[in-house]
Amino acid sequence: MERIYADRKYIIIGFFLLIGLVFLIRLFYIQILVDKYILSSNNNVLRYMTQYPARGLVFDRNGKLLVYNEAAYDLMVIPKQVKNPDTMALCALIGIDKQEFINRLQKASNFSPYRPSIFEAQITRENYGYLEEKLFLFQGFFVQSRTLRKYTYPIAAHTLGYIGEANPDLIARNSYYKSGDYVGISGIEKSYEDILRGKKGLKIRVYDVLNRDKGSFREGKYDTTSVAGTNLYSSLDADLQAYGELLMTNKKGSIVAIEPSTGEILCIVSSPAYDPNLLVGNIRKKNYTQLLLDTVYVPLFNRALMAMYPPGSTFKLVDALIGQQEGVLTPDTRYSCNGGFPIGNGKMVACHRHPSPLDLIGAIQTSCNGYFCRVFKSIIDNRIYASTRKAYESWRKAVMSFGFGKKLGIDIPGEANGNIPTPAYYDKYHGKDRWRSMSIISLAIGQGEIGITPIQLANMAAAISNKGWFYTPHIIRAIGKKDSLNQAFMQKHLLAVDQRYFDVVIEGMANVMTAGTGAAVKLDSITMCGKTGTAQNPHGKNHSIFIAFAPKDNPQIAISVVCENAGFGATWAAPIASLMIEKYLKKQVKRKEMEERMINGNLINGKLPESETGQGNILQD
Amino acid sequence: MENYRKVRQDKGIFYRIDWILVAIYLGLILIGWVNIYAAVYDENHHNIVDLTQKYGKQMIFIIAALIIGLGTLIIDPKFFSQFAYFIYGFFLFLLILVIFSGREIAGSKGWFAIGGFGIQPAEFAKLGTCLALAKYLSTMDVDIRKIQNLFVASAIILFPALIVLLQHDTGSAIVFLALVIVLYRAGLTGIVPLAFLVLPMLGILALMIPKLILVGILALVVLGYYFFSDRKIRTILISIVLFFSSVGFVFSVNYSVNHILEPHQRNRIYVLLGQDTDLKGAGYNVNQSLIAIGSGKLFGKGFLQGTQTKYNFVPEQSTDFIFCTIGEERGFVGSAIVILLYMGLFVRILLLAERQRSRFGRFYGYGVASILFFHFAINIGMTLGLVPVIGIPLPFISYGGSSLWAFTLLLFIFIRQDSYRYELI
Ligand SMILES: [Zn+2]
Repeated sequence: MERIYADRKYIIIGFFLLIGLVFLIRLFYIQILVDKYILSSNNNVLRYMTQYPARGLVFDRNGKLLVYNEAAYDLMVIPKQVKNPDTMALCALIGIDKQEFINRLQKASNFSPYRPSIFEAQITRENYGYLEEKLFLFQGFFVQSRTLRKYTYPIAAHTLGYIGEANPDLIARNSYYKSGDYVGISGIEKSYEDILRGKKGLKIRVYDVLNRDKGSFREGKYDTTSVAGTNLYSSLDADLQAYGELLMTNKKGSIVAIEPSTGEILCIVSSPAYDPNLLVGNIRKKNYTQLLLDTVYVPLFNRALMAMYPPGSTFKLVDALIGQQEGVLTPDTRYSCNGGFPIGNGKMVACHRHPSPLDLIGAIQTSCNGYFCRVFKSIIDNRIYASTRKAYESWRKAVMSFGFGKKLGIDIPGEANGNIPTPAYYDKYHGKDRWRSMSIISLAIGQGEIGITPIQLANMAAAISNKGWFYTPHIIRAIGKKDSLNQAFMQKHLLAVDQRYFDVVIEGMANVMTAGTGAAVKLDSITMCGKTGTAQNPHGKNHSIFIAFAPKDNPQIAISVVCENAGFGATWAAPIASLMIEKYLKKQVKRKEMEERMINGNLINGKLPESETGQGNILQD
Repeated sequence: MENYRKVRQDKGIFYRIDWILVAIYLGLILIGWVNIYAAVYDENHHNIVDLTQKYGKQMIFIIAALIIGLGTLIIDPKFFSQFAYFIYGFFLFLLILVIFSGREIAGSKGWFAIGGFGIQPAEFAKLGTCLALAKYLSTMDVDIRKIQNLFVASAIILFPALIVLLQHDTGSAIVFLALVIVLYRAGLTGIVPLAFLVLPMLGILALMIPKLILVGILALVVLGYYFFSDRKIRTILISIVLFFSSVGFVFSVNYSVNHILEPHQRNRIYVLLGQDTDLKGAGYNVNQSLIAIGSGKLFGKGFLQGTQTKYNFVPEQSTDFIFCTIGEERGFVGSAIVILLYMGLFVRILLLAERQRSRFGRFYGYGVASILFFHFAINIGMTLGLVPVIGIPLPFISYGGSSLWAFTLLLFIFIRQDSYRYELI
């Protein structure tokens, strides 16, 4: 009788086929139409493990290793795998308390119970040895090796800089960086980041549901190996740098020394400094905060690049050069000076006692204020210019050709512009074009609004020693190989002063060292050329400045020294510069008494005899 | 014995065998073996015949199954109809026995341990029930439209199902309900199978929509039915009965799911309904299964390249979730081929069933198709996230001896019946 229902076979077959069709449609949907499953699939099993390359090394000019890498270890944890840990033992090993242990485990668990998070970062090799022996006791913990930056000598912290973890902002801007990557934050670590960092590699590992490593993905077909960073050959002389830092003990200020023929920076001291090893690894945060909060020493402030000072009498060299170039001054020009230069209303720019009148060499040698005020006045009041403004603009242009008033463009980050006032500045101060040479006469002796950084001062010394040109100062002389010179600093910059005007200025600078303000620090074996300066400081004692180069006929080193709150240039800056030159050219310092006096001089919290402060009415140098 | 020998001598054991069914069968077990290999592949044991591994064991199971299949072809086809009740009774006995002396595997108690292998009588009980039901329905004067016959037929189906349910093997128990298709073909009113389709939907709605709103909708449907009908007393009564039974059903589903089911079962249901997105908890399996299959794209990741299945993200991958391996490594193309093979199998069995001259053969064929289909639908529906996670094997493909042997017997008894369709009336 079921034959009556034979047609039901169609319903049943139809129903079976319908379900099959539903499955096919569903398969088509999840396999072809949507992508979310294949994406989840990759996240599920593949672990992308970055292979961190060794960062490039940094050598000094004599091949001494300055910066290198040392193995460090991150203690990692996979919270789900942590089983009955001997909490107290682990806490003791890494020096945390139980509460901190619980907090960190919770934090890791919040990130992911199945994936590794850093439990304790950058454990040093010594501590790791300790930990490694016990690690098998702590299930769920393992170590991942990283490298720490290490500095052979406790010197040049500002220049070398430091590295730290890439911040979220950088990660958002630059796709190369991922969370946990290191990046140069200051110094050459920052400016040469692209060269030093090398190239990260990638290992793709496959993990199963229990987070067990099941080997390389596709036999490592997609893995890339890391490429170590490129080494840098610095122009820094580690011995000179260390000596400079020693001399600047307990002084605020800076020393910059440059090899004039190349623009290579030989040393760049900013004092007070700190040991670069303080900003390494897991102690970095704590130490950085401490350095940052030190408002007395302000150790993180790189004075050599960032501090602007009025150059004081060192600027008279610029007057002498531009005056000749402008045709308002010859070596034989004589001006008499009766205690200074009157600026009206019975006031005057005072000068100390000296024979009068003087020619140009004599004026440089004695640093006569009156003489250079007159030189400056003749430049600004030069009839060939239609107005004071035009003359000033021409003067300013020439001054800026020395590398003043703008960044030099050196390869250490953080350089300040310095300041050579614009005409607009004086317009604002005196009214539009209502200023004359007498209004701005303090520029003649390097005072007033003018601001110059120590590196700019050293560069000026180098440019004068070269008789009219300089290479942009730089700290990295070669990249990759010792003889593969840094191509970024091959451009010669010319001053707006012809070569022939330099001899007389250099002669004057030599006289400074033999019979002038620098005579006390002269060295019989080396013909030095120098110029003292004192920067007026409205906030306290004046700053002592000295620039020099040597030897006179074949300059090997040009130097600027600034000692804050030290008084005359001759008292602190000149001896330090002289010692530095001796150290660099002779390799050893014979003037032990002077050396000792400089090292022991405490200008930060020590008391100085009044006579040495130079705090009088007269700017003696 | 005289009889059996005569058949063999005269016709041979492959006489009038339906080679299409045999070919699909062989294709499926081969697909199963290869994919079990892929699912549990271990580089240290890459030999597919390594007997310490599941794929090596499956090979033994397959050889045994082929022997069982051949053996079935030797037995006189009349044997199965004549001894149907006896076979049914024997497996019922085993089913009860296993409750007292069985082993517990994966939360269900229905296993005998025989020499290291687990034998699950429930798999064979389906076969017995299928035989018994076909036997009963083919008995002279049995008319499923008669209430007493329907009662007996239902008892034949439900008795073993209840015993299996007592062993906490919900999946296997549900499969017995597949036999309602046989009853439908035999003449049972279409309301019953329709109810089997409508009630689950109503049950789903009961869990997803607030009860009172659902009751309102039901009232509207029944009123609509009433207004567009002949409005006789009978219709009114039917409407009222329909309404109250639906409402009762809605409330009882809601109550049983929320108060009677165990938490893990409740979670599975809510996960399926998209109301629980706990991907680490109950939703984990389904989500991982979808990721595995979905990531296969058109052509799959290639043999042994399935990352989801290979690295154990998908649970039970050689048994209940074997389809994930196929989906991930063979992609849409491979998955579709498997589904089409099953479709071919079911349609072929049904067409052969229709050409049987004996009622026993026809009903048995429908039983075979229904049971295989239910396994297929629930298993693949589960991996595709369309059906709650109910652990039952995919016929001929999933790892395991009991199910493979039981399915082989089920199918080959039918092939044997079919080959003698002219002699068996
Ligand atoms: Zn004077």
